[in-house]
Amino acid sequence: MNSFEDAHIYFESVSYKYPNASINAINNINVSIKKGQFVVLMGANGAGKTTFCQLLNGIIPHSVGGMLMGTVKVAGLDTKHHKIAELSQKVGLVLQDPESQLFTGSVKSEVAFGSENLGIPVNELRDRLEWALKVVRLEQFIDRSPSALSGGQKQRLAIASVIAMRPEILVLDEPTSQLDPIGSYEVFTVVKELNQKYGMTIVMATHHSEEIAEFSDRILVFDEGVLVGDGSPKEIFTQKELLLKTWIREPQVSALANYLKQRGIDMPEFPITVEEMEKYILELFQYG
Amino acid sequence: MQEPVIKIENVDYYYHGNVKALENVNINIYRNEIVGIIGQNGAGKTTLLKNLLGLLKPTRGRVLIDGIDTRKLSVAELAVREGFVLQNPDRQLFADTVDKEVAFGPQNLGLPEEEINIRAREAMEAVGIEKFSTVYPLSLSKGDRAKVVIASVLAMKPNIIILDEPTTGQDYLGCMQIMQIARKLHEQGHTILIVTHNMSLVAEYTDRTIVLCKGKVLLDGATRYVFTQTEVLKETYIIPPQVTQLAQRLRNKLDISPKALTVEELGDEIIAKLNSRRKKKLVAQ
Repeated sequence: MNSFEDAHIYFESVSYKYPNASINAINNINVSIKKGQFVVLMGANGAGKTTFCQLLNGIIPHSVGGMLMGTVKVAGLDTKHHKIAELSQKVGLVLQDPESQLFTGSVKSEVAFGSENLGIPVNELRDRLEWALKVVRLEQFIDRSPSALSGGQKQRLAIASVIAMRPEILVLDEPTSQLDPIGSYEVFTVVKELNQKYGMTIVMATHHSEEIAEFSDRILVFDEGVLVGDGSPKEIFTQKELLLKTWIREPQVSALANYLKQRGIDMPEFPITVEEMEKYILELFQYG
Repeated sequence: MQEPVIKIENVDYYYHGNVKALENVNINIYRNEIVGIIGQNGAGKTTLLKNLLGLLKPTRGRVLIDGIDTRKLSVAELAVREGFVLQNPDRQLFADTVDKEVAFGPQNLGLPEEEINIRAREAMEAVGIEKFSTVYPLSLSKGDRAKVVIASVLAMKPNIIILDEPTTGQDYLGCMQIMQIARKLHEQGHTILIVTHNMSLVAEYTDRTIVLCKGKVLLDGATRYVFTQTEVLKETYIIPPQVTQLAQRLRNKLDISPKALTVEELGDEIIAKLNSRRKKKLVAQ
């Protein structure tokens, strides 16, 4: 499972303690993620999801300090030995609150800022700007002030400013928790496209099990800093005990399948989407 | 007929005199209702709340709280009738201990010391934070910080409690705890308004749902009814909870009620349908 060979993200015996903390925020994490995988991090607040995200672009340990044990490699780079500036060209990080990530006066300068600082030539910069805004569907807002955008648009702008640096890995820490349903949908759609069309490796912390059930490949479950679950959405959402222990809410249709199972009714297969559940229930009535 | 505790009558609201945020809104909320208010950002939810709290006064029409026009009451007078829990608890916390935070409101009412202490203690007990009474509020977990805010609102003994996006940024545990508190307060006789984007939460915890869209009331009725109006909900991109969607898909094929709101409800109906089918099969054999 934890092979180094084709790993795009590789954690070996990783433990980390924040400065002045008495216990480790994450403990002995071993995991490897392949290029192009869509991985979701789940677990209660304080379980270690944000720490995991910040380890990926070197904010931990370079900016935050603290004590890091073990090895974190992203796109072949050991994060301990490479600066954040270098790592940020491989790994883009989008935060929970887009407001905290936006600071310039226009959409254009916001998106260009990161690449400008990398010393990218003007022509290339223009191409990247165009591409990034097109992917997040904000082309028409190029001259607008970020403060005049909706929540979902702001978060997409934050994504654009990160992907303009052409990272291979996109990390999103609860990107939709402050958005309304339309805004969340827009962000999920963009992230899904970056994964499927551009092959970007995605790591996303989220509580939205229903939205991710369809298009994530793998869920990592954290509990008090320990990796306690690792599997496909179907594998994770069938484990009722794990879900209860770690306070993860499965998609409602999976909850329904678990409810029926407890009462002696087994679905032909385990559902994670409404379409699947409809199909399985109809089969049940046909043959049951 | 009982008088509504909140009466919103023909209300229009314009920002800067010309940006329309609410249009001809009419809503009556009765004592001890538990109501969900949903709609996208920009639908007018916050403007509506500010009008209820007297922070804004209607451009046209009026808002009556306990029968009194909000124009005739100060925000402080309204705060005794309506408790307001903000989306981000951290913007509402400022004292250095939990008990001081909770006691702050009643102190400002000029109540005797003894009464203040009783109220603070009762409010902390109601949400289960008495063990944190001497702790610095911002050092608590996000779920517990939200409980401190609810307690400080309860200490004012308002009948109406308004929760604005109470579960945003909360994990499932935090969510469940806050909603259990809301349910308990409802059972104790409070009138509860919950503004939220979380549809399964509305389905599970509220009796009535109001859908706002572009400043107007798009739907207002029993939650069970509102979520069956899929076509109308689509207008404002609201998708009912998965179980409700599933029940609606199964409606014609299996003769299942399209109104299920919870996993248990739909699960029990499926089991009943399966059992009666099996019985029929046995009889036929």
